[in-house]
Amino acid sequence: MKTTAKLALLIVILIVLSPLGLLLPALLKAGPAWGEWGVGELQALIGYVPRGLEKLSAIWDAPMVGYVCKGWSQKGILHLSAGYIISAVTGIGIVAAITIVLGKLLSGKK
Amino acid sequence: MHIPDGYLGPATSGFFYAAMVPVWMVCSKMVKKTLKAKQVPLLAIGAAFSFVIMMFNVPIPGGSTGHAVGGVLVAILLGPWAATIAITVALVVQALLFGDGGITAIGANCFNMAFVSVFAGYYAYRFLRIRAAANSTRTVFAAGVAAYIGINAAALCAGIEFGLQPLLYHTAAGQPLYCPYGLKVAITTMSGEHLLVFGWIEAIVTALVVKYLQKQDLELLTLNQ
Repeated sequence: MKTTAKLALLIVILIVLSPLGLLLPALLKAGPAWGEWGVGELQALIGYVPRGLEKLSAIWDAPMVGYVCKGWSQKGILHLSAGYIISAVTGIGIVAAITIVLGKLLSGKK
Repeated sequence: MHIPDGYLGPATSGFFYAAMVPVWMVCSKMVKKTLKAKQVPLLAIGAAFSFVIMMFNVPIPGGSTGHAVGGVLVAILLGPWAATIAITVALVVQALLFGDGGITAIGANCFNMAFVSVFAGYYAYRFLRIRAAANSTRTVFAAGVAAYIGINAAALCAGIEFGLQPLLYHTAAGQPLYCPYGLKVAITTMSGEHLLVFGWIEAIVTALVVKYLQKQDLELLTLNQ
């Protein structure tokens, strides 16, 4: 098997395992990354929400925010894990497509 | 280390967008010169790897989470210019589609993870493996140490960016308008976490892949020299 094929297979394995990135923190009661709190978490943490932060934090409404499928956030761990895998497949598909187009444009015929 | 919308003030966000424009331009120019068409699939795999490895949130029990970035690994295989482009694509998709990192902070997040981390790690790798054969243990070691240095350089930058906000933006009464934590807390936490935990994840992941490639396809480790 060619190296690129093997590495692509590695990516597929990582996609399948990706819900670990969701389940392990939940299991070990770890919160969000430092500096990545939502407005509610920040309120609980410091007792207020900085005014500029509150305004700016809602500037963009991402379609699959938090790697969760729309409407699945309260449906339990199976939906969250499935959504995580769907997010990984979608994200990687788009990232790979853009990189291939950019790479082809830049590399030319060398 | 994905700074969300609202944690950096407008001028800081604008500054990092402005700083990244010339970086992206120079990187495109260098990639145009050096990248071969047959390397494009590997570039896509590199970007995909970075995207998915960032989804593996590693917990500090009862504390926060963090993750590897993979940028130094891509730089080792394809050079720092191509790696900057690949990680930028991953970060932009994460921000736009998944709200991971703010859209106003794309400049800063790319500066930290796609630029500083990649170049610091790449040159550390080049330095550490001077005169080492591609299949040597020192090459694996150099990759791991370089990855550790790279991600920690990015974490330090993120800590400084967060920590400057209360100094730059506050109400007349002194209440912060954006990130509420100052330099001391932000740098200690960001650097502390990455020096003690997440840096090691980045180092191990990078060293393991390099070790694997030594057996699988040694040419990949010599191409970019």
